[in-house]
Amino acid sequence: MRLNTNIAISDSGFIFNPATGDSFSTNNVGLEIIRLLKEEKKKEVIIKNVREKFLIDEATLDKDLVDFLMMLRNYQLLKEDE
Amino acid sequence: MSKRKITVAVTGLNNIDSPGPGIPVIRALKESKLFGVRIVGLSYETLEPGLYMHDLVDKSYSIPLPSSGVASMLERLGYINSQENIDVLIPNFDAELQNFIKIETQLKKEMGIATFLPSLEQFESRHKSVLYEFGLRNKVKVPRSRMIFTVAEINALHKEFTYPLMVKGKFYDAFVAATPEQAVGYFYKISAKWGLPIIIQQFVSGNEVNVTALGDGAGKCIGAVPMRKLYITDKGKAWAGITLEDDELLKITNRVIHNSKWRGGCELEFIKSNAGEYYLLEMNPRFPAWVYLAVGCGQNHPEALVCMALGKKVKAFKTYNSRKMFVRYSFDQVVNLSEFEKISTLGEL
Repeated sequence: MRLNTNIAISDSGFIFNPATGDSFSTNNVGLEIIRLLKEEKKKEVIIKNVREKFLIDEATLDKDLVDFLMMLRNYQLLKEDE
Repeated sequence: MSKRKITVAVTGLNNIDSPGPGIPVIRALKESKLFGVRIVGLSYETLEPGLYMHDLVDKSYSIPLPSSGVASMLERLGYINSQENIDVLIPNFDAELQNFIKIETQLKKEMGIATFLPSLEQFESRHKSVLYEFGLRNKVKVPRSRMIFTVAEINALHKEFTYPLMVKGKFYDAFVAATPEQAVGYFYKISAKWGLPIIIQQFVSGNEVNVTALGDGAGKCIGAVPMRKLYITDKGKAWAGITLEDDELLKITNRVIHNSKWRGGCELEFIKSNAGEYYLLEMNPRFPAWVYLAVGCGQNHPEALVCMALGKKVKAFKTYNSRKMFVRYSFDQVVNLSEFEKISTLGEL
């Protein structure tokens, strides 16, 4: 999975998709996940990196990450590798 | 570099909740790097807000409605030109274009007024009533559509279309009808305002995306900027919009302009279906009211059109800034009654 090309992400958590004109806001955790997705990190690496920065147990993060990724797909921000 | 001084006459001063493109076109021309532009506003009604925008419109004249024919228009323009010495005229209403196309040669030869309009054939080829055939010729998908002339024809539509469907006027207005009863209501509503025929078009679910574009009449697309509406009024007009980066949409636009050899400004209205396919819903034969967004992101289409009208060669724009939005606003002008009196009685202001 990887972020669609040209997705703009600001430090404030503002996300802009120039292909659709959609914009979104996310919190620090979401911003960290999106940064890692932009670096094409795998799910396991994302979980590890997020847990190093935020106080959260692995099971909860795993479940929330699945939800978050699904939301990114629905908003056409994320696509699966072909 | 000193700018060449020119006088440009512009219609479409109705900067209302369903705005004409006149004021955005004037703003674009006032920001021209090539021309120092004096604007002559041409109005059909005495309450068109542009009449009273003296910082943008230098002088205004009322002109006869398109329904009064080309002879009275020519006579009126003859008088206005004798006062103003117009270099270029930019009509901005669909409903008046046919008349201006018919008198294009006379305007140039007899009055020295240049225009840059599509041919009558081009103008008629993209009418809503024949858009499906236009799509076939220009290799762009168009939802199935047909013209109807009587309300009785609505009963048989289910054989050809599935509900919901679009009910459209020949020039303006479009409504989604979920049932035959709603279609009947919209038929009466639109035909009372714009006449017949009424266009029935298959509804396509997806996101609406629009492109403002300019063709040189020889197949080259001089400029194109795609936009998505972010805030839509109850009249379906964009109150806010954002430019898009969409190579496929630009490719389709270039193809349509190239194949049709479109001459002048235009607006292409598409639906991007949920499957990612583009369907052309309408091709408007003039700049859209949001054309100033194109200026704001680096493509001054009205200025380029004036250049071509004056016989200059224009290079195609290659890029635009895609991270620009427009947000429209309303503004109350306080006007002296004497101004309203002047335009109402003398026909000029």
